[in-house]
Amino acid sequence: MSASGLVAQLTEVALAILLAPLLSGWVIQCRAWLQNRSAPGLLQPYRVLAKLFEKEVVLAHNASSLFRSAPYLIFGCLVLAAAIVPTLGTDLPLNPAADAIALVGLLALARFFIALAGMDVGTAFGSLGARREMMVGFLAEPALLMVLFTASLISHSTSLTTIVETLAHREFVIYPSMAFAGVAFTMVSLAENARIPVDNPATHLELTMIHEAMVLEYSGRHLAMIEWAASLKLFVYSCIGLALFFPFGVAQGGDWLGLVLALPAFAAKLAGGGAALAAIEMVSAKMRIFRAPEFLGTAFMLAVLALLVHVLLER
Amino acid sequence: MIHMGFALGLPSGVDAVLAAACAWIALGAAGMAAPGSLRLSARVLYPAGALVGVALGAAALAASLGNTESTRVLPLGLPGLPFHARLDALSAFFLLLLAAVAAGVSVYTVGYLRPGTGTAPGVQCLCHHVFLASMALVLVADDAYFFMVAWETMALSSFFLVTSDHRHAEIRRAGYLYLLIAHLGAISILLCFGALQAGTGDYSFDAMRALQQPAGWGSVAFALALAGFGAKAGIVPLHVWLPEAHPAAPSPVSALMSAVMLKTAVYGLMRVTLDLIGFPLWWWGVVALVVGLASALFGVIFAATQSDMKRLLAYSSIENIGLIIAGFGLALLFRGFGMGSLAALALTAALYHCLNHAFFKGLLFLATGSVLHATSERSLGRLGGLIHRMPWVAWCALIGSAATAGLPPLNGFVSEWLLLQAFLFTPGLPQGYVNMLVPVAGAAVALAAALSGYVMVKFFGVVFLGQPREARASEAHDAGPWERSALVWLAAGCVVLGLAPMLVLELLEPITQRFTGYTLAGLGSGWLFLAPIDAERASYSPLLFFAVAALLVAAAWLAVRAFYHGRVRRAPPWDCGFPWLNARMQDSAEGFGQPVKVVFRPVFRIEGETPSPGDSRPRYRESAEDRLWYWLYLPVAQAVERVTALVTVLQRGRISVYLMYSFATLLVLLFFIR
Repeated sequence: MSASGLVAQLTEVALAILLAPLLSGWVIQCRAWLQNRSAPGLLQPYRVLAKLFEKEVVLAHNASSLFRSAPYLIFGCLVLAAAIVPTLGTDLPLNPAADAIALVGLLALARFFIALAGMDVGTAFGSLGARREMMVGFLAEPALLMVLFTASLISHSTSLTTIVETLAHREFVIYPSMAFAGVAFTMVSLAENARIPVDNPATHLELTMIHEAMVLEYSGRHLAMIEWAASLKLFVYSCIGLALFFPFGVAQGGDWLGLVLALPAFAAKLAGGGAALAAIEMVSAKMRIFRAPEFLGTAFMLAVLALLVHVLLER
Repeated sequence: MIHMGFALGLPSGVDAVLAAACAWIALGAAGMAAPGSLRLSARVLYPAGALVGVALGAAALAASLGNTESTRVLPLGLPGLPFHARLDALSAFFLLLLAAVAAGVSVYTVGYLRPGTGTAPGVQCLCHHVFLASMALVLVADDAYFFMVAWETMALSSFFLVTSDHRHAEIRRAGYLYLLIAHLGAISILLCFGALQAGTGDYSFDAMRALQQPAGWGSVAFALALAGFGAKAGIVPLHVWLPEAHPAAPSPVSALMSAVMLKTAVYGLMRVTLDLIGFPLWWWGVVALVVGLASALFGVIFAATQSDMKRLLAYSSIENIGLIIAGFGLALLFRGFGMGSLAALALTAALYHCLNHAFFKGLLFLATGSVLHATSERSLGRLGGLIHRMPWVAWCALIGSAATAGLPPLNGFVSEWLLLQAFLFTPGLPQGYVNMLVPVAGAAVALAAALSGYVMVKFFGVVFLGQPREARASEAHDAGPWERSALVWLAAGCVVLGLAPMLVLELLEPITQRFTGYTLAGLGSGWLFLAPIDAERASYSPLLFFAVAALLVAAAWLAVRAFYHGRVRRAPPWDCGFPWLNARMQDSAEGFGQPVKVVFRPVFRIEGETPSPGDSRPRYRESAEDRLWYWLYLPVAQAVERVTALVTVLQRGRISVYLMYSFATLLVLLFFIR
């Protein structure tokens, strides 16, 4: 563990926690631009968080301690997930502790708890949201794993930093498998982050909602943690996407200069990713909930196809 | 520990196992001294049985760590074929699993036993201990005859345990089905041993090991073993008894059957394939892989639609056994192609999952037992909100559910991680099609794992969270101290096995060394990191992972506490402006399983009726059944009936006709013998 590695690790954690709401704000801003309306401002998510933290918590009578602890658990899981995806440097002290499979496990752990928290109060909306979230999850999770496996097979390792090093610092080769994986990953991230066409983050319309139904009972600081965790999830997925498909500019090893240069590169890539997300959301329509399995099934098939293409063509 | 044992004059190695089995049988027999006495069984015999379990565990652990083999020829059995017993690393590992679960279940049973209408407690105590002893003997048997005797004892004692509550017709029916399939399996195993002795007439395992089977007979033996042991393990299509027998049996029995008995079948399959036949062909691995994955997906999809707690867990057991068989198949595949180190990885994953499944499924079955006692209700749709009334059971079940769902940092995740690593790092195999099969199989494993998360959210969420759906669930009481300690013991096992995988890998090292010629190369990389191939390729450190995650969660909580007020107001749940919310509006079990039913519709045989809008007395009914009943079992049953109808022609019911049959038989025999 080198000093620069430790710095990179701590910077990543701090950046994830601080920048995640900004990324959500940026996506809202881009959407507003594309829709020709004025946006609430880049910093609106921070204002919402500050407001929620100040409000008192209204707990349902039969909310259990699981309901009260889940927001912190989910937040912790997603911060850890953000910490193990290499975005600035590849010399991360946490790297040997968790690889790509553990990353998927971590996201599954967060989902497990948020779904249970949704069922805890025992309202119709909570269990509806939990059921739909798990439905999205059971197809999206293996698809994400297959996408990561395709990258792992290319780099002969499931370690995330090795994957990024191999993909970033190789000779320029276009992998057809990564193209399939890229499409699959985009579909999975849309579904997992409750975006159009699977869910709509902007409404509370019961027929369409997944995420918002699940967290309907949360209020005050608990809701703030949940909202923060949701933006962290978007941040983590963006980081995974950048690490797998746009790994350029990531500092290798204990390179101080590279680390400093990686920051603006990362910010630029993140901004581009957010704008792309807004554009995708703009051009697609929300689909019926029972079309979602088809959508995710396609993503899963594409990811498996990516794996097969790699096995057949690229070895 | 071995030396200590010698110093104290205690038996060690295989003798200790045999002594433990004898002790269990003696305890069971003691229960018959006063069959009606609940006090004797509950207060004396079951705790003593748990102590025997602990002693057996210590002996197995010593044998496993010391990597010692010991044999013993018993003065029992047939003339010329005495019982042989042998303890090696593979037996020791499974014995450890048996002992760990048996100790927990015996302790639990102390608190679980109630005066009831079923079998007398003394008889149950006898069956329970004979069941445990026979499983221990199966694991040390070293000749076909002893193995079959122990195997059949196991089947019969568990049959009597399943039918403890024999006054219900459906329980007798479930027991009959179990007995039938157990015996079909036993016939297959018997034939398998017949193929293995290759006409020499020597049924000791030593002789079978020494024989070089021709590939054809080896394949026959493997197919028979897969069918025979598969019937016991519950792989598709021989799984039908599992979802019937588990709900019928008392919960500690379900726990023992699911956690341990299914593993003895896995043990048998490994013993026959890797040890007795000794040279797996690669396509056996493909067969096992496909069958295993089919079972895994089938099990988990059906588990998601169940509305009975124990049926749900039974289907989940089919899934886990499927994953184990798939891992084992992968090991055979690699071994067949001479890739020892990968075979070692796949075998390690399969064995690790055996141990993990024993802990988490034992835990969940015991938890359903406590719920059943507290509410007398097995149907998910009538439970709910038990986390408030039964916090101990609920939190232990939460650990078990998370482990079953394969979530880090618990034990289910470690074996899943190892299994996925084995799938992932397949180098180019010489067979093109197999090369393509392996990644697809890896995808199927990932899908099964994700679906088991769905199943476990349903199980835990519907039973323990939300509002009580019926009055009985709101009057439940928590489990007593005996039950509680057993639950805590198994839950602790799930956590420890998840956080300290290196301990288990050390136990598995001699097994993989013996059967694949390799051990996991990454074992040298320290106790903190799990790196099965090398650290560059993949590493995972559950302890570090858990520590950092816990640190982050604690930091988040402390920061929020430090910076903001902690005001909390209790209020009724938000009703969205509809003031007549009640507990029936939560998702029922069927409701929660509905998306899976829709997505995998072709798998089910769905029947039902949906009321029309104008119906004044609307009735909604839907059932999702197993198609295999109609495709496989009913045709076979009808064929058997037709054949018996033909044979009935012979049965005239007149003694003169029967005498004529005897006479005719005698004439025919004379003709041949002459």
